[in-house]
Amino acid sequence: MTDLSKSGAAVGEPTAASPAPSAFLEVRDLKVHFPTDDGLVKSVDGLSFQLEKGKTLGIVGESGSGKSVTSLGIMGLHTAGQYGKRKAQISGEIWLDGTELLSADPDHVRKLRGRQMAMIFQDPLSALHPYYTIGQQIVEAYRIHHDVDKKTAKRRAVEMLDRVGIPQPDKRVDNYPHEFSGGMRQRAMIAMSLVNNPELLIADEPTTALDVTVQAQILDLIRDLQKEFGSAVIVITHDLGVVAELADDLLVMYGGRCVERGPAEKVFYEPRHPYTWGLLGSMPRLDRDQQERLIPVKGSPPSLINIPSGCAFNPRCPYADLPKDNVTRTVRPELAEVGSRHWAACHLGKEQRERIWTEEIAPKL
Amino acid sequence: MLAYLIRRLFAAVVMLVVIVMVVFGIFFLIPKWAGVDIALSFVGKQADPAAVEGVREKLGLGDPIYAQVWEFFKGIFAGRTYTGGGDSIQCAAPCFGYSFRSEQAVWPVLTDRFPVTLALALGAAVLWLILGVSAGVLSALKRGSLWDRGAMVIALSGVSLPIYFTGMVALSIFVYGLDLFDGQFVPLDESFSGWFGGMILPWITLAFLYAAMYARITRATMLEILGEDYIRTARAKGLKERTVIGKHAMRSTMTPLLTMLGMDLGALIGGAILTETAFNLPGLGQAVLNAIKNQDLPIILGVTLITSLAVLVANLVVDILYAVIDPRVRLT
Amino acid sequence: MTTQRTSGRRKQAIAAAAAVAALLTTAACGGGSDDGDNGSKTGAAGFDAANNKVAQADLAKKGGTLKFGAAQDADSWDTTRGYYGMMWNFARYYSRQLVTNKAEPGAAGAEVTPDLATETAKVTDDGKTYTYTLRDGVTWEDGKPITSKDVKYGIERVWAQDVLSGGPTYLKDVLDPKGEYKGPYKDTSADKLGLKAIETPDDKTIVFKLPVANSDFEEMLALVSASPVRQDMDTKSKYGLKPFSSGPYKFASYSPGKDLKLVRNTEWKQASDPIRKAYPDEITIQFFSDANQLDQRLLSGDLDLDLNQTGMSPQGRTTALKQHKGNLDNPVSGYVRYAVFPQSVAPFDNIECRKAVILGADHVSLQTARGGPVAGGDIGTNMLPPSVPGAEGQKYDPYKLATDNKGGNIAEAKAALKACGKPNGFSTTIAVRNNKPVEVATAQSLQASLKKIGVTVEIDQYDGSQTAGIIGSPSNVKKKGYGIIIMGWGPDFPSVQGFGLPLWSSKYISESGNNNYALIKDKAIDGLFDQYVTTLDDAGKTKIATEINHKVMEGAYYLPFVFERFINWRSDNLANVYTTDGYSGQYDFVNLGLKNPKK
Repeated sequence: MTDLSKSGAAVGEPTAASPAPSAFLEVRDLKVHFPTDDGLVKSVDGLSFQLEKGKTLGIVGESGSGKSVTSLGIMGLHTAGQYGKRKAQISGEIWLDGTELLSADPDHVRKLRGRQMAMIFQDPLSALHPYYTIGQQIVEAYRIHHDVDKKTAKRRAVEMLDRVGIPQPDKRVDNYPHEFSGGMRQRAMIAMSLVNNPELLIADEPTTALDVTVQAQILDLIRDLQKEFGSAVIVITHDLGVVAELADDLLVMYGGRCVERGPAEKVFYEPRHPYTWGLLGSMPRLDRDQQERLIPVKGSPPSLINIPSGCAFNPRCPYADLPKDNVTRTVRPELAEVGSRHWAACHLGKEQRERIWTEEIAPKL
Repeated sequence: MLAYLIRRLFAAVVMLVVIVMVVFGIFFLIPKWAGVDIALSFVGKQADPAAVEGVREKLGLGDPIYAQVWEFFKGIFAGRTYTGGGDSIQCAAPCFGYSFRSEQAVWPVLTDRFPVTLALALGAAVLWLILGVSAGVLSALKRGSLWDRGAMVIALSGVSLPIYFTGMVALSIFVYGLDLFDGQFVPLDESFSGWFGGMILPWITLAFLYAAMYARITRATMLEILGEDYIRTARAKGLKERTVIGKHAMRSTMTPLLTMLGMDLGALIGGAILTETAFNLPGLGQAVLNAIKNQDLPIILGVTLITSLAVLVANLVVDILYAVIDPRVRLT
Repeated sequence: MTTQRTSGRRKQAIAAAAAVAALLTTAACGGGSDDGDNGSKTGAAGFDAANNKVAQADLAKKGGTLKFGAAQDADSWDTTRGYYGMMWNFARYYSRQLVTNKAEPGAAGAEVTPDLATETAKVTDDGKTYTYTLRDGVTWEDGKPITSKDVKYGIERVWAQDVLSGGPTYLKDVLDPKGEYKGPYKDTSADKLGLKAIETPDDKTIVFKLPVANSDFEEMLALVSASPVRQDMDTKSKYGLKPFSSGPYKFASYSPGKDLKLVRNTEWKQASDPIRKAYPDEITIQFFSDANQLDQRLLSGDLDLDLNQTGMSPQGRTTALKQHKGNLDNPVSGYVRYAVFPQSVAPFDNIECRKAVILGADHVSLQTARGGPVAGGDIGTNMLPPSVPGAEGQKYDPYKLATDNKGGNIAEAKAALKACGKPNGFSTTIAVRNNKPVEVATAQSLQASLKKIGVTVEIDQYDGSQTAGIIGSPSNVKKKGYGIIIMGWGPDFPSVQGFGLPLWSSKYISESGNNNYALIKDKAIDGLFDQYVTTLDDAGKTKIATEINHKVMEGAYYLPFVFERFINWRSDNLANVYTTDGYSGQYDFVNLGLKNPKK
């Protein structure tokens, strides 16, 4: 990843003038706002990142931090099927393999969906149509983008089910979603997502609805498939543990913005944002006792209609009073480089943060 | 599936037996307790004792109630002979009773009138499904728009207005006012165009009432379904919106509609009394109304049975279709 | 069911009913026919133009289809079994009798004239023997001649009440008062003609031998229950579905409650029938389950007249009176509507208490409840309908109900109460049929006016279809304490016997199906009836009828409400229309014709 230094500050820049990027996926200053009766919900408010093929990006944050909205934004699912509701306002740029999606013909984006970019959803039971067999749903996904007969498509479906580790795929292909176990359903979902060899795979909380042992299997599966297909993968999760081994890069979101971004090992071992510390503290670790290991972030996520001024995290931040002149409550911190390819948006001084991390936080983890 | 069907059919038969006994009870036992001689309601102004006795003998009113019920059931399968006063009346199987008021067996009356009611119900159902469902889907897709509000106001009025009112309005406008239709029932075997011309207004009027209900249900269900995760999945696959709505969303929307349709058709076949009255259609509803007016108990009993049967069959069909549509429902 | 879906919407229903009424007055009558009382360009003869006189007699042409509509099917089309007035009227299309009512308007229509017989009866043996000779050329619908044996067999069917229930039994009561004959179906004689009271010496002659004279016997023979029936065509209880015709028309098709169609009986010869003109080629009846629908069809000209002849429904009537008055007649129906006081229920055993109720009632309010002077009728002042010989109409008004006391006379009523020993009034129950809204309205009117004299009244609406079992049972009436019963009565044939015998004769009190609700056991009245049946001259009969009426009124058993009137519709296309007392003010169906047969 390169040239990310300005991305957090790209507000107001004329996007149309931006040149096509070299990265496979580049998101520039993405904003997704929803008008409601109570006010404008700023679910995503200026998000930028890049992703290369073969790499995995983990997007981490609490629910309501804007991570799912981001993924749906990339897929173009905020504009498709918005009947009668007030339309989502989307701005910024999403470049996928040289094409800007937000300004592209919606039908063109539709054709990319499922083919070039695919998505795995959180709850496979509700994400699969209850009235169609697994086979029918995979066949449909394949035949939208491939002009083949049903027989061929079904062979492909069986092959994919086999690939994702479903036993007796030629029989299970005719089963309905409710006849599958949770883990098998998610495998089927993955098979359906990958049936068209997408170059970008977005997994939105792929393991949240599953129990722990199955979680690991699914994560392994995603990693193996990525290696095999060489796709770019975005894994969206509220659980740092999920992406710990999977992700090359991590992006921590808070209140619709990126608060820290960098290579996974940096974010894990040298986090430079108090919110990331909080996430790490609330991450379950097998070598700790139940009581000790969970240090939750106090307070609740910010309202996306009235995002706190200054640093959005300030009401929950234990160190909010350390910077002088009350700056945390008046000035919004921009992403600043804190290490090699490692950025964080925080008013605390660099040394201050290093000290707090090494002296106060790390020992407790 | 077969075992399920057999069980359901058995339950339906038991149900019918219970219904017959209840109806028998209402018609024959309650007047008895109230001290009213029902034989008197079969004779005229000058209640000649011989006439009363003749009726009592022919109808078997002197027999205990269970014997009467048994005779009734036996008649359905084996036919029945009513004897009394030197006259005997054959009522061939399936004998659903004999009307001494109009001197005819009940079964031919039912078979004569059933097709009219069936045609009324089915024709109207086709219309209201087309109108109601498409209006409901459009309303859901254009939620909050002028179209949506307009359609829902019309739907509300359709649901609220009694059929004899809309029927009267339709007749006043199209038959007496514009003279577009004759407004008279013509049997199908006489003339198709005449039959169609006579049925079109009842269909529209009845369909208006139901289309309104179906539009509202369709709209509400469609809105709910559109929020489902699997609809988002369908879009994420790259499906065209038309397919998303027409295939994925519609399939789910059909389930509650089907349940309603089954019930409504069952009830309508049982007797669209108001519609048949408003348009003077010689269907079951009119038959039962006349029968009530004339105290023609056997006809009332026969129509009640057919009504119950229609509702039971409709429910059975709904259950089976339900299983066909929704694989999660197992017919066991 | 749809009925359930629309139930519980009373308010809407009322609003809708109002709207329907509005629609009827506007949409139904688009064509500007501002016909007044004196006819119009459209062809309506004018208001009351056919009431007791013939309207447009010479405009009737042969051919066409005469279209009846009806909200109520006949009780039976079997001549033996029918009891509805409209059925007797209509049955003349397909049946003939020895004698029948004259085809003339008004009172003349109630007179008897020869039909199958060459002339009216030769009465001998002090009124106990009646002899008729049949005309030449009278035939059945298959061309065979009608014989005296056919007439006898037809009359014998009246005895088979256990099979052929429903019709009037006067003939049986008069010819076989002891009930010795068991009816043709149980007749052991080979020709099934075992009834001794009727002799058929040859095919043309028929002789009736009455055990006891009855001066109204010929009136009874004019009932359709005296029609001939041919034994080989007698389908017993099913005969009403397709009676074998002796008249100018025969059954083509009949579906009970749906429709009926008569076509010409080609074997019938005009020359053999002095009564029936038989103008139309076909006669149809369409049955409706909703009276409003029927009225719409009448107003729109699709139908010619109402078979039931019981008046239009309130909505249709309102429209018709406003916009098509020239199509209406307002005949007296022959019915008296009244309240009757069972003497078994105290204090109505006391004549003064009965008088108190008669005097205290508000007769104008009762008339209004019946529908007012036009649709309801004139205030009833006595119990004999104006169409019955011997009736005096409002001229006989012993309680001044139509004059001084028409609004109720509280002072006199209270005086009567005092004389009855109930100076502070009493409480009682009114029994009223729940299926007759107008009767319920009169009960409420009566309740309101009686309150003013201290008589508290509770209204019991009973199942109207069970009249015979509920108020026809004197013990039940006594048990329930029905001090006042609301009813109506019309003559079966226009005589004091045909009207009043079941109501006033002590011999007619019975435990079930009783019609002498007041339980009148007056030797004077019984004696007058006995005297009546042996009095053969009309003047004498009329005098007795008047006397009986006076006796009944003096006994204060009844509070008459109205001498009923109807509003009946006749289409523009009807010709030769007239009402007849022979059928209680109905149009004489059998001679109706069409002006334009092609319409």
